[in-house]
Order: sequence, then structure tokens, then C-alpha cells
Amino acid sequence: MKEQPVLTVEDLSVSFHMYDTGLEQYDLKVISNLTLDVRPGEIVAIAGSSGSGKSLLAHAVMGLLPGNASTSGTIAYKGKVLSQKDKEKLRGKEFALVPQSVAYLDPLMTVGTQVTGKKPDQKLLQAQKEIFRRLHLKEGTEKLYPFQLSGGMARRILVSTAVLSDAQVILADEPTPGLDLQMALEALKIFRELADKGKAVVLITHDIDLAFHIADRIAVFYAGTTVEVADARDFLTGPQALRHPYSKALWEALPQNGFRPIAGFQPYAKYLPDGCLFGPRCPYKTRKCETTIPMAEVRGGYVRCIHAD
Amino acid sequence: MKNKYYLKFTGKYLLRMVTLLIAVSIISFVLVSLSPVDPVQQYVGAVPNVSVEQRAKIAEYWGLNDPPVQRFLAWAGSVLHGDFGVSLLYRRPVLDIIVEKFGTSLALMMTAWIFSGVLGFAIGCVMGMFNGKWLDKILKKICLIMCSIPTFWIGIVFLMVFSVMLGWFPMGMSVPQGVPADEVTLLQRIHHLILPALTLSFLSFANVALHTREKLVDVLESDYVLFAKARGESSWSVLRRHGLRNILLPAVTMQFGSFSELFGGSVLAENVFSYPGLGAAASAAGMASDVPLLLGITLFSALFVFVGNMLANILYGIIDPQIREGYRNES
Repeated sequence: MKEQPVLTVEDLSVSFHMYDTGLEQYDLKVISNLTLDVRPGEIVAIAGSSGSGKSLLAHAVMGLLPGNASTSGTIAYKGKVLSQKDKEKLRGKEFALVPQSVAYLDPLMTVGTQVTGKKPDQKLLQAQKEIFRRLHLKEGTEKLYPFQLSGGMARRILVSTAVLSDAQVILADEPTPGLDLQMALEALKIFRELADKGKAVVLITHDIDLAFHIADRIAVFYAGTTVEVADARDFLTGPQALRHPYSKALWEALPQNGFRPIAGFQPYAKYLPDGCLFGPRCPYKTRKCETTIPMAEVRGGYVRCIHAD
Repeated sequence: MKNKYYLKFTGKYLLRMVTLLIAVSIISFVLVSLSPVDPVQQYVGAVPNVSVEQRAKIAEYWGLNDPPVQRFLAWAGSVLHGDFGVSLLYRRPVLDIIVEKFGTSLALMMTAWIFSGVLGFAIGCVMGMFNGKWLDKILKKICLIMCSIPTFWIGIVFLMVFSVMLGWFPMGMSVPQGVPADEVTLLQRIHHLILPALTLSFLSFANVALHTREKLVDVLESDYVLFAKARGESSWSVLRRHGLRNILLPAVTMQFGSFSELFGGSVLAENVFSYPGLGAAASAAGMASDVPLLLGITLFSALFVFVGNMLANILYGIIDPQIREGYRNES
């Protein structure tokens, strides 16, 4: 019996109210009908190209979207659907975000103060020292200002914030780029340990081949929606175990798997096609693909494709 | 190591100050020499029956027939010895007058300066926090209107409303009339100070508020504020921990950079309120062609503005570790 998911995102859509030339306004739908769940003790890696809505998902879960964004669908924590107020209460306590870059650190505050908060107790300071040592951050790093950090150092410091928080759900937004392989593995190992302690980790990443090894499940995003959620083992097995044509294409585009890109490009949010968002690039496309495609269970995974079997 | 750094820092500023004062004295001396003011006529003033021969003798005695460079060097030499000459208007040494008038002006300028800085910063913060809401919109419009109001005009309006119509404040001067100088109370001085200070503070207060607002809006939309919120910080905590420090730089620039406008504004405000400060003395010296006093005040105001900018530079280093590091590498 699998555990109940701690975080459930169902049918989430996010659109931004935008101004066009002149006074014209329109809604830019950047995430559409996105579905995802994470259970305690597992890592769900989110794979997908830039602009597929990965970071926005993290921000939507934390209630951090800007004022011109509107959402529909539900985000639930431990079975309870969250309002914006709930999210504000949960963030920092139950939810932790590991952001992308040094820009997320206050430029005028030392790193240590930002990692541990204003008045850390002895235990927290000890924990901070320990995690810094593990991430090969030299003693005294906590006294530096963000402008004195390299990109890799900043990322490691941001990873350490998640470890030091007591959050049950950790949303890590690309924690590994800029780190060498060994350091990236160390960072991922830390997330694995957090998951093994019973926390739920959402790992947004471009380093998908690393993610295949460390994560339990992989969610593949395309143009702001989930096209497939599958066991990480399926991605290690190869395209025959995968369900969605885009997942297969993604697998084949990896350097070790032939480095074969597919033609076309991800559609811009303003000009989304009807029905299947991958339709225009799909070799199996039929007329039926132009209708709404639901998520379906195929061979133990979930896929948004009527041709999958 | 640290001492050496401070020594270099101080030395650099001293050098800058000296070169600035030399440049200002040369330029103002040239301007005065080119002006149509005849120093002999100014000296003789309304005294009748001064013959042409006597005038020529005075000119000869003063060295007015010497080449300009020699005249400048003579003047600069005595300035270096602390002798700024005697004011024709007040018949007293220029330095004494500057010290006395500056004391009166300083109370006025500092009150206005602190008032506009504190209030401008606070209102800027409120506008930034309520970005786009009605409170922000109203305050922003008020600030924009205040930005476009000239100092002397608002001074006259204040006089009409608060002194003439309501009678809350005196019409002018820094002390009540007909009271011996040693019997003037502090309260009376403050009473006379309020209207001119308020007028003068109008000059930069809206500027500080608008700049602070813009910067705060930027900061609140920044990634690091997003991350602070993600860690559960409330908006109040975000403003206190991340906002204030990051928006301080433009406010400091505006506030200390406004020393020159403060001085210029005090000329207008002190005239409107007949407030006997350095500003009023400067315009009086200009009107009466009191060259020694005018030159003295020019040099002094250059020094005043220089000090303002220097304080801003020092504060940058205290506020921003990045600039501090830059200073270190420079020296």
C-alpha cells in the first residue's frame, strides 16, 4: 500500500494578464491542466525544456505568483485544498523552496544570516556548519556577502537552506547546474537523504540523466502541462518503457542515447494548439488529437496521449 | 593595515577638497572681475564729493591697476591667512559674518533637512508597500504636485495661510521684535523656525519620497524578496530585514546630494521670511555688490556641498558591502 500523497496538484492552470500593444489586453496561459502528486519519502523529478512551466509550478505551490497571475485548479497539502492564505502560512514551515541563483539572496546581508535567520540557536548554527562542510563550503563562507560568491557556491548555499528548514515538502528549482559532477551528485544525495527521512521532494532539473538515478518518479512537462508521470526506472530502461512520444524524444535526445533532437519547437504560450500540445511535432498525430486529451493510466504510469499503450 | 586605509581615504578627500576650493575661487574671482561692479564706487558708496583723483588713489592703493593674476594671488594669499576681507555691507570681517549667519541658517537647514528626509523616506516606504493601491496613487499625485511647486511661492502661501489668516506663526525674522537678544527663549526661536523650515523641506521631500518608492517597488519585486517570502517572512519582516537597507542608497544620495539645493533654497526661503541667515546674506551681498562677502559665501557654500557629498560617499561604504570592497580596492 502506497502512502497518501502529501502534495497534490490537480488540473492547475496559471495565466498572466498581459498588455499588448496599445490598450489591448490578453491572458497568457503558461500552465494548463497540470497534474502532479508527491508522496512522503519520494523524489519526483520534473523534466522539461525551458518555458515548460517548471519554476512557475513551484511558485504557484508556494503562493508566490505575481499580482497579474490567476490560477484555476487545486493545490492540496495532506488532503486539504490550499487557499492563498494557507500557502502563506505553510511556506517556510511546511514548504521550502530552493531557488535557482544568487539573485535570490539579499545582496546586503551576509550569507549566514540569510541561511539561519536572525537569531539562530546553537543547534541551528551547528547544523549550518555541518551542512556547509558537507557541501565543501569553506569555514567563514557564512560571513560572505552574496556578491563574493561564485555561482556554484550560491547554489550550494541555497540547497543548505532546505536542509536546515523543517519543511515536509521541498521544491528544488534547478539546484545542480553550475556544479561539477561530484558536487551535483553530493547535492542530489542530500535531497535523497531528505526524502529517505520522510520528506517529499520535488526536483526541478535540467540534469535529467542524474535525476533518473536519484528520483523515484519523473514528471515530464511540455508547454506548461504534464505529458507523462512515470517510474524513474522506465527512463533508465529506455523508450520502449516510456509512454508519451515527447518522453521518448527527450530520452533519445540525451547525449548517451544518440543525441537525436526532434524537429520543431515548443509552442509559445500565446499560440497554443488545440487539443494535444505536442500535436504539431508528433509523428502519430491524428484528427482525434485535436480534442481535449485526459491523463490516462498506462502500464503503471500516467500519460496524456490517446495513442499510448 | 586598516589605519593605512583610513589615512589614504582621508588624504584623498582632502586633496579633492583643496582642488575644488582652488577651482571655485579662480572661477568666482574671474566672474567678479568681469562683472560691471566698480569696487571703488561700492566702497565710496553714497558719500558725496569724492573727486576723481581720490578715486584713482583708492584704486592705486588697492592694486586695482595690477594685472588680474597678481590681484588674484594677493586675494588668495590673504584668504589662506584667514583674512577674507571686510564686508562693505556690514562693515565687519567676512569670516565673522559667515560664522554668525551660518549658525542661524544651520538650525533652519538642518531642521528642514531632517524633516524632509525622515518624512520623505517614510512616505516613500508607504507608497512602495501599497504600490498600485489608492493610498499609493493619492500620495504619488501629491508628491508630483509638490515637486513642481517653487520654494518661494509655497513660502508666500504658507505666510498667507498660517501667519496672516490663522495667525499661528510669526511673519518673519528668527526672533521676536523688540526683545533683547539674551531674553529670547528657545521656544520663541523654534516658533520662528517652523514656517521657513517647512517651506525649505518642501524642496526635497517629494523627491526623496518618489525615489524611495521606485526603489522599494523594485526591491519588493526582486528575487531575494520572493525567496524571503518563500521562507515564511511576513511583508513587514521583508520590509524591515531586506527592504529598508536596500532602498537606503538612493535615499542617501538624494538626501546628501540635496545640500546644494538646500543652500539655494535657503536663499529664497530666508528672503521670503526675512530670516537673517546665510542665504539672506548671500542675496544681500549680491544685490549690494558686496564682493568680499559674496566671494566668502561662495567658497563656504562650495565647502558645504562638498561635505554633503563626502558624507554620502562614506555612508555608501557603510551601507553597501560591495561599495565598501570597491573603496578598499581603489586605495
